[in-house]
Amino acid sequence: MSKVFIIVQANEEARPIIEALVKDNLHAVVQESPAMVRIEAEGSLTLNRNTVEELTGQPFDIQQLHVNLISISGHIDEEDDYLTVAWNN
Amino acid sequence: MSVEIKAVEIKPLRNTFTNVAELIGGDKPASRYQEATLGTQAQTNMHYRPTWEPGFELFDPRRSAIQMREWYDLRDPRQLYYSSWTIQRAKEQETQEANFDFVESRCLHLSLSPEVKKLAIDVLLPLRHAAWGANMNNNELCSRAYSEVLISPAIMQAMDNLGIAQYLTRLGLMLEEPEILDTAKAQWMNGAAWQPLRHLTEDSFVIRDFMEIFLVQNFVVDGLLYPLIYDRFVDDSLTSRGGSAVAMLTSFMPLWFTQSSKWVDGVLKVAAAESDENKALLSQWTSHWRDRTITALTPIATMAFGDQQEIMLNEVIEQFNARARKLGIDV
Amino acid sequence: MDMKASKKKLGIKERYAHMTRGLGWEPTYQPTEAVFPYDKYEGIKIHDWDKWVDPFRLTMDAYWKYQGEKDRKLYAVIEAFAQNNGHLNITDARYLSAIKLFWQGVSPLENYVVQGFARAGRHFRGEASRVACQMQAVDELRHYQTQTHSISNYNKYYNGFHSQRHMWDRVWYLSVPKSFGEDALTSGPFEFLIAISFSFEYVLTNLLFVPFMSGAAYNGDMSTVTFGFSAQSDESRHMTLGIEAIKFLLEQDPANVPIVQGWIDKWFWRGSKVLALVGMMMDYMLPKRVMSWKEAWEIYAEENGGALFRDLARYGIRPPKGWADACEAKNHISHQVWLLFYEYGGAAAFHTWSPTNEELDWLSAKYPETFDKYYRPRLEFLRDKHARGERVYQGTLPTLCTTCQIPLCFTEPGDPTKISHRETVHKDEKYVFCSDHCQEIFGNEPEKFVQSWLPVNQIYQGNCFKPDVDPTAPDFDPLKAVLEYFNYNLGRDNGEFEGSEDQQNFAKWRGQAVNN
Repeated sequence: MSKVFIIVQANEEARPIIEALVKDNLHAVVQESPAMVRIEAEGSLTLNRNTVEELTGQPFDIQQLHVNLISISGHIDEEDDYLTVAWNN
Repeated sequence: MSVEIKAVEIKPLRNTFTNVAELIGGDKPASRYQEATLGTQAQTNMHYRPTWEPGFELFDPRRSAIQMREWYDLRDPRQLYYSSWTIQRAKEQETQEANFDFVESRCLHLSLSPEVKKLAIDVLLPLRHAAWGANMNNNELCSRAYSEVLISPAIMQAMDNLGIAQYLTRLGLMLEEPEILDTAKAQWMNGAAWQPLRHLTEDSFVIRDFMEIFLVQNFVVDGLLYPLIYDRFVDDSLTSRGGSAVAMLTSFMPLWFTQSSKWVDGVLKVAAAESDENKALLSQWTSHWRDRTITALTPIATMAFGDQQEIMLNEVIEQFNARARKLGIDV
Repeated sequence: MDMKASKKKLGIKERYAHMTRGLGWEPTYQPTEAVFPYDKYEGIKIHDWDKWVDPFRLTMDAYWKYQGEKDRKLYAVIEAFAQNNGHLNITDARYLSAIKLFWQGVSPLENYVVQGFARAGRHFRGEASRVACQMQAVDELRHYQTQTHSISNYNKYYNGFHSQRHMWDRVWYLSVPKSFGEDALTSGPFEFLIAISFSFEYVLTNLLFVPFMSGAAYNGDMSTVTFGFSAQSDESRHMTLGIEAIKFLLEQDPANVPIVQGWIDKWFWRGSKVLALVGMMMDYMLPKRVMSWKEAWEIYAEENGGALFRDLARYGIRPPKGWADACEAKNHISHQVWLLFYEYGGAAAFHTWSPTNEELDWLSAKYPETFDKYYRPRLEFLRDKHARGERVYQGTLPTLCTTCQIPLCFTEPGDPTKISHRETVHKDEKYVFCSDHCQEIFGNEPEKFVQSWLPVNQIYQGNCFKPDVDPTAPDFDPLKAVLEYFNYNLGRDNGEFEGSEDQQNFAKWRGQAVNN
């Protein structure tokens, strides 16, 4: 299976996004580099709105991801409640 | 004991970039607008002819019949660059969003009388297609224009046009079920009142002279349509009949038109003053397209204003002609 | 009566469809071919534009909201950087060469594609694809302008930044990215999309921005890292446009597959050549390094690109033709390009130098199979010569590849000791290439590539002097005249780093900042 990844800036706004990704994707691996964090996983990764909202106690719009996103790999499926990246192989 | 505190004083070697300095009269501190736009488009030693238009160079001022000794004279008086544009729009969308929330939370859209609501829908919703047409023309302008001072505001204008088309769509979705968008599109495609405007819009899609595209869309069509629809129809006529909720949902449009007119006027004034040939051509284009636009707007004005149609249109035409004359365009 | 309750709540996909594809219509007063004249001639067949999938569904209001937020943050950093002499926080003035090369050779490409995406955003028949292209057009404007405003501060204090447009139009090594951008812009809209959105943005752009910008952070350049990451947040949308575009083209008609495959072959190779400059930046110009070019290539090209091409295999797409050669070149390309620029350092508008022992050791460790064997001895030889007061500067003009326009400096696949060189005769003229792939690209479109404005050939033809220069004057110095045509400040923009004005000023100013 191929790997997908999401890379975000290492900052306060991205912290709950990283946490939510780790919580909901048990197979995810986190790699830290200067100023950025890369979350990598076999097959697919899902960011859930609910998880971020539970972590922050604040409303979260999936599109807020755009503000701190650095890179992403795989096919994207975006809905109101989640965003998934996946390969079909 | 006295301690001498020596501040770090670093003298800059230069103030700005060469391409900017050449256009602002030497090396002096330059604004962000100037550094973002002046003299930045490639000018020479191009490699290949466009496969889609081999008669021209890739960047070629001959794509317009208008001639300028210095294309970078056609500056935007608003001095917008991406960041100032997007931050300004972000604020405006926040206001517009608050208006949508306000109308919805207080159910103001439900309190419109059936006649006012129908009229608002009939007149405004097909205009989302006209705004999309404007978006197409400004993309064409951006892709064909010569010099960054035109390219950069053209793409921002195109995105503004898209924003307006989407605000009109949201207005439809708020006032009615989504099917209303299909009804409005059917009007745009086949309704008798809308055919002259659609005809005009489609004719503008085949203009290839970038200055003519600029003039037709941003000066003539917008210059007649926005004052007629948003000032007179929405802000005056509908509001006086209890339709102020509609004015709240379209508050961005007249505000945007005032801003974009500054850009349009700034460009045309300089282009017309450049030469008699430019002035004659701009005047000819303006008269021709103004008359067609008036024809196109007449049935819509009839729908909007009934027997007041002629008065409203004439006011708008007079206002437009005065604006053109101020720019040095004979109409 | 609760009228509100009767209203349908639209999901994001449905709502977005109304906001984009619902806006367009089929023209009837003008022939469709006249309104959309450019989307057939490349041979691509589209049967149903509505099959286009919108990946991210940003409407303009949301776009303004999030972009406004990003730009407020970015400009706060740019301002603080300028006010606090942030340039003095970089690790070392050598780092500036990387930023100069980025500004001279990459930023203009951002500006170029604005018009290309506006053209695609006007001329594709499907509304959803058009909106995606338009957003990319205005994003690219953002990237060019934010880079301008970030670099503006460096330009005030350091050399080599001042004449971007002049240099872009004239300088020999900048014709590499310039011809790349113009090749894409002069192509049809579908090839443009595959060239930029797919081959460049999706397959290669991570190599440019992610490790390089992380490197900028590591080297204390907060201004560059901020515009870099901020641009990269838009790139995520652009990459997604690239992958959606390719899936769409491949699914629309089997006849599209060989055309698209040809473009992937061409543009992957063209892109990998442009990125050779980035390889040099990463391995040689960052005083503190995050990862080697080779490592970045393995993660972002081999691993990620590999996943992508496994995914596209079901459409009948194979990895690009130049894939194996490009992967082999990861061990060589950065060293070969650095040596080229070191030796032609007199004609480059940034500084070059000899790496320290520590840096050479790092390179030995990162490139165990090739560095000590092929490159370290040469670098040490040049350093020793410089120490003896004989800094090497090539005075002769190199031969350029007709396609990628890089001087012939790359070696044969399988033989790192032999410079790779190919020739084609077309209509009685001889054309030279750096590789099989560049030769093949020419062979597929000779009428296009015979037009290449090759700086070296132009210099020989006398086209690279300022208009007021008299080449028959007794004291005429052609090399100097060419560098003046490039708008170089001789002795300040070019040449060796040791002893340069940038090095001296940085040392002096930093001294003032940390002592009083």
